Parts: sequence; C-alpha cells; structure tokens
Amino acid sequence: MTTLPQQSQEISYREAVREAIREAMVGDPRVFLMGEDVGRYGGCYAVTKGLLDEFGPERIRDTPLSESAFVGAGIGAALGGMRPIVEVMTVNFSLLALDQIVNNAATLRHMSGGQFEVPLVIRMATGAGRQLAAQHSHSLEGWYAHIPGIKVLAPATLEDARFMLAAALADPNPVLIFEHVMLYNMTGTLADAGPVDIRSAKVRRSGRDVTLIAYGGTLFKTLAAAEMLAKEGIEAEVIDLRVLRPLDTGTILASVRRTRRAVIVDEGWRSGSLSAEVSARIAEGAFWDLDAPVERVCSAEVPIPYPRHLEEAALPQPPGIAAAAKATLGR
Amino acid sequence: MAEFRMPSLGADMVAGTLVEWLRRPGDRVRRGDIVAVVETQKGAIEIEIFQDGVIERFLVDVGATVPVGTPLALIAGAVAPAAPAPPPVRPEAVVQAPAPPRMPLPGPGAGRPLASPAARRMAEQFGVDLRALRGSGPGSAIVSADVEGAAKAPRRFDPAEMRRAIGAAMARSKREIPHYYLSTTIDITATQQWMEARNAERPPPQRLLLAAPLLKAVAIALRGSRELNGYYTERGFEPSPAIHLGVAIAIRGGGLMAPAIHDVNNLGIDELMAKLRDLGMRARSGGLRSSELSDSTITVTSLGERGSEAVFGIIYPPQVALVGLGKPTERPAVLDGKVVPRRTIVATLSADHRVSDGHRGAIFLSEMDRLLQAPEQL
Repeated sequence: MTTLPQQSQEISYREAVREAIREAMVGDPRVFLMGEDVGRYGGCYAVTKGLLDEFGPERIRDTPLSESAFVGAGIGAALGGMRPIVEVMTVNFSLLALDQIVNNAATLRHMSGGQFEVPLVIRMATGAGRQLAAQHSHSLEGWYAHIPGIKVLAPATLEDARFMLAAALADPNPVLIFEHVMLYNMTGTLADAGPVDIRSAKVRRSGRDVTLIAYGGTLFKTLAAAEMLAKEGIEAEVIDLRVLRPLDTGTILASVRRTRRAVIVDEGWRSGSLSAEVSARIAEGAFWDLDAPVERVCSAEVPIPYPRHLEEAALPQPPGIAAAAKATLGR
Repeated sequence: MAEFRMPSLGADMVAGTLVEWLRRPGDRVRRGDIVAVVETQKGAIEIEIFQDGVIERFLVDVGATVPVGTPLALIAGAVAPAAPAPPPVRPEAVVQAPAPPRMPLPGPGAGRPLASPAARRMAEQFGVDLRALRGSGPGSAIVSADVEGAAKAPRRFDPAEMRRAIGAAMARSKREIPHYYLSTTIDITATQQWMEARNAERPPPQRLLLAAPLLKAVAIALRGSRELNGYYTERGFEPSPAIHLGVAIAIRGGGLMAPAIHDVNNLGIDELMAKLRDLGMRARSGGLRSSELSDSTITVTSLGERGSEAVFGIIYPPQVALVGLGKPTERPAVLDGKVVPRRTIVATLSADHRVSDGHRGAIFLSEMDRLLQAPEQL
C-alpha cells in the first residue's frame, strides 16, 4: 500500500498531514516518526492512524511519556544522520522539552562551529476551541518564534498541511510545525497543489482598504471577517503568515504600505506575543505609510476557559476582527 | 430604486470627471450628504445627493468622464425626486457588532493637528497645510486620502480651461438672451453709518462688510420682482420661490465663480456675512458643494473698493438677471436744495427681455434704493 491517493479527491487536514508523513516515509528510509500514542493508538488527533501497520514499529515508534527524553532522542537521531519526525501531543506538553529544543536543537549548529546539523522536525497541536480547558488550549508558538536557530511553521491551509513537511525535512535545521486543533477536520480538495516554500507569507485574499494579518487557526476566522467587511464595502487584504520564524516582513510591509492600515489576529495572548512582534515591524518599516494605529485582536488574557460560551468569548472571533478593521478606517 | 446622476453644475458644463467616491455601497445617505467629488472646468466640486436611501452600487468608476445626466450610482430605498411623495420610509437601524474596547486615540500634541504618519508625509510632499484639512480617519484624524483630496484640487485647476468655460457660457448668453440694462445711483450714506456704528463695538472677525447689507437688499427687493429671479428653460420662464444669490468671486490666477448663498432673504445680516466669508474661502481653496454651483437664481457681481464706478454684467444662463454693484464712492449730491458730499454706489441691472421689461427692472432698483435708506430693517 504505497500508492498515494489522487490529490483531487476530498481530503481532510488530518489526512493531508498523514499523507505528507507517508510520502516522506516512502521516499526516504532515514525518516521515522516517534511520539506518545502515535503507533497503536493512531495519534491523539488520529493523524498517524494506520501508519504503524504500513511501516512497522521500527519507524512508527510509541514513546514513554517523557517529552524531554523523546525530543532529546530525536535530536540525537538527527545528529546521527536520521530524519526524525517527533510528534508532541500538544504544545503545553512541549514545555517539558523546552530545554532540549531551546538549549540543544536550536544551538548545536552554532556551538559546533557548523560541524553538526540538526535536521529534526517536531510537530505539535496547538490552540483552543475544543473545550480542553486551560491546560490544553495554549497557543505558545509565538514563544518558539522568539528562538534563533529554529524555524517555526503554522500550516493553515490543506496545501500547507500536505506539503510543508517535505520542505521542513529538507531543511538542515530544526523545524517546528504547529497544527491548530480546530483545523484537523477541515476538508477540501488539493487539485493543482504542489510543493510549497517555508520562507514566505501568502496573501490569501486581496484588498485595498486594510491588511488583516493572521496565521493557523485564526486564518479562516479572519477570512470570514473579510467577507463581513466586503458586505459593507470594505475590501480587506488577508495575509497568512505561514512561517512564524523567520517572519516574512517584506510581504507584510508591502501590503500595509498599500492599504495603510493593519490588524493583526493572533490566538496567543497579547502581551509579549507574536502579534506584538508583527506590530513592531510594521511600526519600524511602514510608519510613514500608516493612516491609523495598528490594531490587534488576540485572546483574552485569562487561562482559556472550559465552558463553550466562555471559551468562544475568550478567543478572536470574526465580528471582533471586523470591528477592529473598521476602527482603522474610522468607521 | 433611484439613480444618482452626474449633476449639471452650470449651463456651461457638459461633462464631469468622477474624482472620488466619498461614500461606499451599503452606506445610508441622506438628502444633502456629500457623496462624491467631481472635477469640472471650475475645479473639484463636492457633489451632494438629493435622495435619502442606501447606496446600492456604483455605475461609474473613479477617473471616468461622463456627460451630465449619466447615472453614477443606484440608490436603494430612494424615491426619484420627481415621483409623488410617498409616506416617509423610516431607515432601519443598522445592527453592528459592538466594537471591542480600545485605547482612546490621543488628542493632537500642542498646536498640532491629529494626522496620520502617511498624511504628514504626503502633506510635506505636496505642500499641503494640515491645519486647513478636516480628517476622515479614526478619531477624525487626517489621513492620506484627505491630503490627497486637498492636493488634487489646486493641481488640477486649469485657468485656461476655466477661461474657455466662462467664454462658452457668456457667448451663449449674448447669443440667446436679449439683454436690457438699467443703472441707478443709490445713496448709501445711511447704510454706511449704520454699519460703522455697528462695527465699532465688534472685534474685526465679526464686523460687517458693505456687501452684506447690499446683498440683503437685493434679496428682499427680489420678493416683489419674480420676473428677475428664476430660470429660463425650453419650457419658458420658471420663477423661483427661493432666492439664491450667486455671488461672483474672482479666483486667484484668473477666472471667476459664482457660488450661491441660499435663501438670502431669510438670513439674518450676521448670518449672511458669515456665509459670505465662508464662501469666499472655499471658492478659493476648492471646497464648494455642487448645489452652490448649480442653483443660483440670480447673480450679483460686486466690484468692491478697487473696482470701477459701474458694471453692466452678462447674465449667466439659465438665470434671467444680474445685479451689478460698482465701487462705493463719495459724490456730490443734491439734498434739500444743497450740494453735499454723499457716499453712493451705482447699482445696475442686466435683465432678460424675454421675461421682463425695463419698467419691472426700474421698480426693482428703486426698491433696493428704498431698502438701503433704512438699513436697520434689513
């Protein structure tokens, strides 16, 4: 069972990630996957279902519940010439592996004077919206985007879910991929999709009045907000950051220089967030082109609540995004 | 559904260029709202709408030059002005998502207008004075679009174009309108004294200029002379119940405009003076509204202190009369059998013989004279 499904048929985000892993496993014997419950259970979000049967326990490895240990093992394997894909169940658990990621994976190339590369890929789920309460609903990808020496990706579209992994594995440096939990069930077709880069932000909707900047789970809420704005005659441009580190500042500035207004949508908390970084870059690079203060729509600065209505209220939603966009237009 | 059309901003206008939409599809508009800017031979003019409704969609793109009367936009829920009046439609409340609380915009720094960085840079480039602009951005801040609008108007003004437009209108007037002319010397000593007494108690910005009582006298005198106030069209003469005085204003760099002051007969003298000052400023800076350019019912041309003794003007079609006011001058006059110096002005009337005769014109001028002898009643 090594043939890949036709790309034009209906596919979910979950299946797109799975196909990306299968393609990598089939194409390169150095690639293997490890993480908690990825084998027999099929993955906490069922991404790796069926892969154990197809590739066997040598290449689909269930690990003990020790993030520090298995991320560290992944770093060792990468140093040793393998191409490991490590799955961390959710971003909150990755905090147990912070030392491995920040102190080892991100620095070894530098510390060895370029003698060692760490071609490691770490995938993890991020974000809120599934009523998993305060300990499993974080959006901490902005923290990782702070660290030099790693790349941070946030695939939001099916195409990026399907093709970013190959580019990440081809990169000689550690790459972290954040998959938003609300996207796994999203479906669509992948006709005409192909290899993608992991350098650039993409304009997902063109507009001339205001630039809305989003990534991951907030991309589709932001596109919905743009639709609401269009009904009021406001043409919003929507940028999908895709790559959170290094940030594609050029695409952001080019758009803001045109629209003269920016709204940043980030499911992370506002203080010290990725949205703060994007806002600062706009101020640094496009100050003289601005017609309004930069607006941000972020999560409420509270532990993410469990009850559905409170969880929804705590997260960025389309009406709030549209209202922020209108504020930049003085409307 | 009604159509919002390219208005005629004068007999000489055949087409206009849409420079900018100031409102957007989906916006609710009310009669009198400014919705667009149109470039004419007279410069950039702000165009008002004459229906209440919601802008359904635009029919003409920015930059397009279209003939007068071309539909520019569709207005939903609007009633064409000519249709019989239906019961008023109450606009439904537009439900909007509540905006999240946000930081209040800071006020401008000491003496600095609230303007965006982009607006500041553009103002610097184009040499536009930010203090003269009204902001349309967040917190009424001046944004780049406001500066662009202000920068466009003077740059686009072409004195040669305006000269051609004036020429076309005046040639048509002389071709079609059988003018007759009357002239009378009016003693304005009483008016002058009344005005000086009044001004003595006031700071300069609130003082009257002679133009105010003169215009007021013209407007009141017109109440009894319907044949001088209105329009001559293919259907013949239509008197106007309202009295909108077109005030001829010389433009720096050459040219002439005669924007209207509306309902002058109903304005208090100070109100009229304020409007006169405002109109002069806007005529020179390019902020006139479409109705001000298109609906004068008669024109007054006043040469002022540096003018000649008398002016016999050419009627601006489709109007049917023009009042000329010469330079106020000390002249010898006979009063109670003695020659005494009096302050006088020569008032003239050019009128359309298709509509009125010299007899009517003479009544009008004497009525003006009578009114100016009792200026406190103006």
